[in-house]
Amino acid sequence: MDSRLRLIAINPVDRLARTIEALLVVASAPLSVGELAHATQDEPERVEAALELLRDRYAEERSGIVLEEVAGGFAFRASRDASEACARLFERPVDRGLSQAALETLAIIAYLGPCSRPEIARIRGVAADSAVASLVERGLVAEAGRERGAGGAVRYRTTPLFERVFGLESLASLPRLDDLAADREELRERLLEVAAARVS
Amino acid sequence: MRELELDLDAFEGPFDLLLALLLREELEPREVDVASIVVAFAEQLAQRDEIDLEACGEFLVLVAALLELKARFLLPDEAAELDALEPEEAAEELARRLTEYRRLKAAAAWLAERLSAERDRWFRLGPAPLQPRAERRLAPQSPAALADALRALASLPPSVSLGHLALRFPPVSRFLERFRALLARRRVFDFDQEVGALSRVEQAVAFLALLELRRAGEVTLSQGAPFAPIRVSRAADERIRQWTAGSA
Repeated sequence: MDSRLRLIAINPVDRLARTIEALLVVASAPLSVGELAHATQDEPERVEAALELLRDRYAEERSGIVLEEVAGGFAFRASRDASEACARLFERPVDRGLSQAALETLAIIAYLGPCSRPEIARIRGVAADSAVASLVERGLVAEAGRERGAGGAVRYRTTPLFERVFGLESLASLPRLDDLAADREELRERLLEVAAARVS
Repeated sequence: MRELELDLDAFEGPFDLLLALLLREELEPREVDVASIVVAFAEQLAQRDEIDLEACGEFLVLVAALLELKARFLLPDEAAELDALEPEEAAEELARRLTEYRRLKAAAAWLAERLSAERDRWFRLGPAPLQPRAERRLAPQSPAALADALRALASLPPSVSLGHLALRFPPVSRFLERFRALLARRRVFDFDQEVGALSRVEQAVAFLALLELRRAGEVTLSQGAPFAPIRVSRAADERIRQWTAGSA
């Protein structure tokens, strides 16, 4: 903390904040602290301090522009107050009309990725080809190498755009599957009951 | 639903008994026509006024298990894995898969919810901003070289000869008349000699005229050998000559 205070005293963080502000205006995807430090040729700690300043300045309901931490970086977005006006002028082709199959496929790739289409099909019990193709087209998932061995299936992972569209700081911000899960023990009991009835 | 009566090729009796036989391995799954069982069940359902959801659910689970069993038997490599699974283990495995799917279904629901909550967040999308700027390395250039290159491009291209397009075909009729006039004066003439002075195209048309006269029966053609001169004679004269020769 002391060192940060000292640095701020040498070069006011406000000036750095202005440069960062400019970079974020130019950017069309979130910028990480590392990228901002590289562009401003400044210390990451000072960049973080400047971002803190900007976060306060561009908080929701304080400005038409909001600074958010999303997809592993920082980005400006429109304030929620302006969303209706935005919707009148712009479209959101990325997430418009996402089907249930596409959402399930997306969930599998987000939680278990990188994974291949056969793996997705095994979990969902139906072919995932068209759902994966639709997600790739939207830019929500992308190819991430192949499975091992000759002729290995292409594996997919989610993109930074996915995190951005869903407003996630990173994939780590997804809720734990255990919190969402059904009671496995209960399911097992029910299956065993059916099995027992079948044998008797 | 266990009272479902079946009449299959390999088995006749209640569904319950079929399952028991399969489990005791007294009946091979590959011999069981699963589709017929489904049809029988659907028929039974249709006869009832109310749908027994519990029975339907149980039937689905059992038929699914039956299908899996049959599939594993039909694919020999999988048989070893099946043998290794006790009923309890199979139930455990199925429960594990179902739980996995349920969890991911819940995750999908969470994503859908999140998406609708985040629908009022608008942001700019575009190409990545901080890609390294592409460096364009060019060798040192001289203005004179550029001028030369432009001069070469600016000069008019050489004009293309259209001479070969000016091919004119004389009418066939011209040669028809000429040959008829010729035959009126002479009984026989040599085609090659007659057209030797003409151009290649005219020779071709003259030959067509000759074929035309032959088709109409006005002339008779003869040629000693391939590429030898073609002799053209009046058709009537030829007949007379042949007749004279024949009677001699």
